[in-house]
Amino acid sequence: MPKTFTEKIFSENVGHDVSAGEIVMVSPDVALSHDNTAAIISTFEKMGGKKVNDPTRHVIVLDHCVPAADSKHAANHQKIREWVQEQDIMNFFDTNSGICHQVLPEKGYVKPGSVVLGSDSHTTTHGAFGAFAAGIGRSELACIMVTGKLWLRCPETMRINITGEFPDRVSAKDLALRIIGDIGADGGLYRAVEFCGDAVERMSVGDLMILCNLTAEMGAKNGYAIPNENVIDWLYGRVNNDLKIVESDPDAEFVAEMRFDVSALAPQIASPHAVDNVSGVPEAGNITVHQALLGTCTNGRIEDFHSALEVLGDRKINPNVRTLVFPASKEVYEEGLKDETWLKLSEAGATIMNPGCGPCLGAHEGVLADGEVCISTANRNFKGRMGNPNSFIYLGSPESVMASAVTGKITDPRELT
Amino acid sequence: MIEGKVWKYGDNVNTDVIFPGKYTYTVTDPAEMASHAMEDLDPEFAMNVKPGDIVVGGANFGCGSSREQAAFCLKAAGVGAVIAKSFARLYFRNCINAGLPAFVQPELVDAVSAGDVIKVDISSGKIIAGSEYPFPEFPEEVKAILESGGLVEWVKSQAG
Repeated sequence: MPKTFTEKIFSENVGHDVSAGEIVMVSPDVALSHDNTAAIISTFEKMGGKKVNDPTRHVIVLDHCVPAADSKHAANHQKIREWVQEQDIMNFFDTNSGICHQVLPEKGYVKPGSVVLGSDSHTTTHGAFGAFAAGIGRSELACIMVTGKLWLRCPETMRINITGEFPDRVSAKDLALRIIGDIGADGGLYRAVEFCGDAVERMSVGDLMILCNLTAEMGAKNGYAIPNENVIDWLYGRVNNDLKIVESDPDAEFVAEMRFDVSALAPQIASPHAVDNVSGVPEAGNITVHQALLGTCTNGRIEDFHSALEVLGDRKINPNVRTLVFPASKEVYEEGLKDETWLKLSEAGATIMNPGCGPCLGAHEGVLADGEVCISTANRNFKGRMGNPNSFIYLGSPESVMASAVTGKITDPRELT
Repeated sequence: MIEGKVWKYGDNVNTDVIFPGKYTYTVTDPAEMASHAMEDLDPEFAMNVKPGDIVVGGANFGCGSSREQAAFCLKAAGVGAVIAKSFARLYFRNCINAGLPAFVQPELVDAVSAGDVIKVDISSGKIIAGSEYPFPEFPEEVKAILESGGLVEWVKSQAG
């Protein structure tokens, strides 16, 4: 019987034929957790866990609140550091490393065809490398620590065919927001989302990571694309060479198929307080901006900062807009040091921060005051997400965020010529 | 057999209104979690819910954060089952992992009102609310987790 990408990976993992809708016990190749490992350790112990089933499977990256914002976070980090020693978990990345979803592929843990489960909803990002990657709960990660397995329902697949060339200053973030605006925050509920089409075949690693990252905001279980040449080149030297590329059979069953032509796409923005509240940038209205955030697991790669610099040109950032720049990882940070990206952004008025999640989840490093507006390259704009329920978050591309930082109002990047 | 009174809510009930984010790191005792259940959606709920009562929701029930407490607090409050038109993916998983049966039955959702007393018969796969509304049988793995009383208990039983 013809199979989808996800059905093939599930079948291979469990050793028998699996079709969409079936529930099976899957053994992940990689189990990812972050600062929440502290809570997971407690559940692991409650489950009667003594020694982790397979320490080599686990990758732990401290990224959510780094360096620790207060003594409570510091104590959590300390607990995790001591525990990984006890458990012989070698794949541990401390607070200087960056965001788990950037570190994991950079360090070669994500391979095409593999199964990645993480106790973070944006684990879907790793589908950009042709892996099955899904978010799970904390207790579920503890279950993997004890038993090595977790129950998963094999999802049905919807396919999104993307064609055309992006116009100037329009990018993958705009496309992802437009898709979410069209299909809604539950438009991909329980499903696997396969991205295909000529535009996807040409996309950069970063573009594919943006699309897969944001499938979490469509309610999807996983998102993926078949690795193109850019992905295979990027993986070279990071993972061993025996790449196992998995593809859906041409006659596999898809529950829905959609087409998007990016050639006529305009910059998009998600207005408060829902990711599917999407419009063109000018339609968001005349909105004064107090803070601009460039970074996160969605848009924290060097190419994102280069796109922002291109929009900036020789201008300065508006002095009323606190512009915070968070490279997604130490590797990205060092790239930006070498090519002077940070120097240029700093001279324009931005603050260069450390690699990590920053204020995206409202823990520290840029929490908003009552009534303030932030335009951000992140992936969630729920009420209170950045630490204050009386503030307002708009989500856009790096180009739109920089244009707004320059003018002090939410601005279509094509206006700054 | 699960039998209880219906607490009925609409579409897109999110995890923040089921269990507010401000308690996620501070409230861990089950009884205390139960006292905050549905706090920002229905303040009457935690005060009046009885063991076996059934929460009925619309589409995309439990959307938003992956926080497990939004399922665990209903279990702790004595809720016997959750029935919805559809569930957010992680919320459905969290219900099963909390040992709280969760069913998708859109027709039943439209047919019942708050306060109705309905029954869920897991062994025969139907909900009885005047008429009978069938639901597909749970796969063995899910049944085993529900029967153990949740994922923590299930993992313990595997080791023992």
